[in-house]
Amino acid sequence: MSAQAETELLDTTLDELKHLFSPRAHSGETVVLNMGPQHPSTHGVLRLIVELDGEIIINAVPDIGFLHTGVEKNMEAKTFLKALVMTDRLDYLNNMGNNLTYCLAIEKLMDVKVPPRAQILRVILAELQRIGSHLVWLGTHSTDIASQSILFYCFREREKIMDIFEMISGQRMMTSYIRPGGVWRDVPADFIPAVRDFLAYLPPHLDDYEALLTNNPIWIDRTKGIGVINAEDALAWALTGPSLRGSGVNFDIRKVMPYCGYEEYDFEVPLGQNGDVYDRYYIRMLEFRQSMRIVEQALAKLEKAKGPVITNDRKVAPPPRSEIGVSMEALIHHFKLWTEGFNAPKGEVYVATESPRGELGVFLAGNGGPKPHRVHFRTPSFVNLQPLNEMSKNHYVADAVGIIGSIDIVLGDVDR
Amino acid sequence: MTHIEKTIAALKEKFGGNIVDVTEFRGETTIVVDKVAILEVVRFLKEAPDLRYTFLANLTAFDDWPEEPRFNVVYQLREMTLPANIRLKCRVAGDDPQIASVVEVFRNANWHEREVYDMFGVTFTGHPDHRRILMPADWQGHPLRKDYPLGYEEVEFTFNFKEIEKKKPYAKE
Repeated sequence: MSAQAETELLDTTLDELKHLFSPRAHSGETVVLNMGPQHPSTHGVLRLIVELDGEIIINAVPDIGFLHTGVEKNMEAKTFLKALVMTDRLDYLNNMGNNLTYCLAIEKLMDVKVPPRAQILRVILAELQRIGSHLVWLGTHSTDIASQSILFYCFREREKIMDIFEMISGQRMMTSYIRPGGVWRDVPADFIPAVRDFLAYLPPHLDDYEALLTNNPIWIDRTKGIGVINAEDALAWALTGPSLRGSGVNFDIRKVMPYCGYEEYDFEVPLGQNGDVYDRYYIRMLEFRQSMRIVEQALAKLEKAKGPVITNDRKVAPPPRSEIGVSMEALIHHFKLWTEGFNAPKGEVYVATESPRGELGVFLAGNGGPKPHRVHFRTPSFVNLQPLNEMSKNHYVADAVGIIGSIDIVLGDVDR
Repeated sequence: MTHIEKTIAALKEKFGGNIVDVTEFRGETTIVVDKVAILEVVRFLKEAPDLRYTFLANLTAFDDWPEEPRFNVVYQLREMTLPANIRLKCRVAGDDPQIASVVEVFRNANWHEREVYDMFGVTFTGHPDHRRILMPADWQGHPLRKDYPLGYEEVEFTFNFKEIEKKKPYAKE
């Protein structure tokens, strides 16, 4: 593209976005710049159009959609079960959580009960996934604020979780392990020892990271008082997850609208006070330990809970392989499920779970057929990204990077 | 009397004919509201001191094409202390897809409404920043409409490679 064409393009973009910038930008007093989409510290393909006065941000307007893959449209063209694999790819750090939320929505729509062993497994996996996601967040966030050594350690720890997932589902990331009505199949005998090992392995390492960061004067300088959002504003912007709890609002969906039997587990919801980057950081550090507490309790339950891991309702879940050889009916169910799928009634449901980033909601509408009429993901990243402009006003550009890290967005989750 | 029953009674008393229907499905309450009243209903639910639906959890839409009115705009509201969830639904006709924006009541509706506009072509009157959000600004059509085809890429073999390559929208110099 010629330089002249480029300038023209920039001018038209500016005209369309005039209402988003201050009048000073039009007189040339402040500078409007692009940040991203190819920028390592925007955690994916996030483009920010920033208006700067020197190095101070006057406005930061997020421009999203670079990773839009039309998941919701694609899911409408697939049966409920086939569409499950697309949910893994939304928030690629929370695959189990996405599977879980989507399956909970199907189960609500179909009115299916899930056996207790599957419920416990779901809790373990969702919490392991939360630890894994927080590890990636910790690594990338600290790298953003120039503390680069932690990244590699965090990925080393996360790899152990990936190994556990690979053991049970055959896949590290795109697991599709949680299925409508339960989970795919029972976990191998090595599963419980492997999780126990991990629970013993992680805490000393977490202590190390906290020793590196929590009281580190540089870290505190870079995070305290940065990107402050008070409780009232956080609620008005519908923030959820650590971003909301950092402002001191006690709202965790696992506590207030429990699913998968979370009410039976004993855990605390860490709260911040100031709503700044530091509080959001510190809450996640505490959440690691709470998640480990939940996994420990769930493992004890899992050892006692015997029985099926997927519902006996053959209209939703396939029969076990052993039945197919001896039962005509099982063979028919198997055939019908893998060719046609199951028919969901006409109606709409909304299910919300607590993902590592906040409220992950699925709005699911059925129309009597085997394909979803509409699936909508209310993704925490999408909603939490909205107040970025408010949060980064009057901060330095370098702080904006820290703020983006502290709300922990995943662009696959934002753009769907 | 549960909080949701109280909400329905209060809405019926205040808005009468504009509350078209109340349905319950799998323990979730959906209130169908006439689209002309949506802004007032949402404002009332948020500001009435005994209702306090202060949290807009989700805003989306779905398309019932070829039925008319084809679009349904869905608002998921939450009372945060109990918590209590209700869903508002507005039917919007396909020949004039317009509805009032609720951004002045709920700030976070901003991006949600932009997404609904982007995906369904429903315009929100009074929206402060009415642009596409996920699709490119120059995109034609609204992908999540039921009459918008699901695109696919033709599979290239050696015998039709050139033909297919010719049709591909590569960037020109």
